[in-house]
Amino acid sequence: MMSLTLEGVVLIGALGLIVIGALGMAISNHLFRMLLALVLAESGANLLIVLSGYRVGASAPILGFGDPTAPMVDPVPQVLVLTAIVIGVGVQALAVALLLKVYRVYGTLNVRELRDRMDADVATAAGVEADASQDAPAGERPLPPVPAHASVGSGGFGRRGPVPFPPQSDERRP
Amino acid sequence: MTTWVALVVVVLMLASALAVLLLRSFVAAVAATAVVGLGLTVLFVLMRAPDVAMTEAAVGAGLSGVILALALRRLGLWRIEDNGRGDGDA
Repeated sequence: MMSLTLEGVVLIGALGLIVIGALGMAISNHLFRMLLALVLAESGANLLIVLSGYRVGASAPILGFGDPTAPMVDPVPQVLVLTAIVIGVGVQALAVALLLKVYRVYGTLNVRELRDRMDADVATAAGVEADASQDAPAGERPLPPVPAHASVGSGGFGRRGPVPFPPQSDERRP
Repeated sequence: MTTWVALVVVVLMLASALAVLLLRSFVAAVAATAVVGLGLTVLFVLMRAPDVAMTEAAVGAGLSGVILALALRRLGLWRIEDNGRGDGDA
């Protein structure tokens, strides 16, 4: 059995928190759960930074208690983490404010619904008909991703010509 | 002895971090986030950083939990009993 040290255990905890937080930010489909996953990843990062200043057998870096010549843990990562915790709460408050704005405008926080409604809003603002999503294509069959005439006769990158914006609504009729 | 305390706390933290992603109820997810913050406090004390532990307990677990819970109320996700119909499973 491996010898179990304090640094090893805390390192596993910090890396696990970072991995779980990143995974949650990647696979969540609700914005509030993404915010919670961000909080988890941030906690793991703070723990990792404090761990980098740890020394075995050292005391807390506070003068006035005990022997001042005894070895102490490194106080610089602790100060950085002290700042990072407060900044992290500020980031959370900003994210919550943004979530409230999104919820007031769109009425949902689900990522798929938000994407569809934002696409519809962009299409309305641009004056074209709403783009077909991947879940519900507009015509009988979905369009190919690259038009056929764009990739003929050009040998390299950057020869495809300008992409018209907004796209003409005629070209998505078969 | 300290190592075993750290092991128990780390297991608790990772379990509640997974619970944040897997629970359907958002109130329970916010509570699990606060549990992760409190476990982090214990680990900071074990890492000889008592000042960081005080700040984490006051700000990271307390103020952050309050902010997230108030946001839940504003966002209309404050449902204690969540029978089925949660629109945000991970």
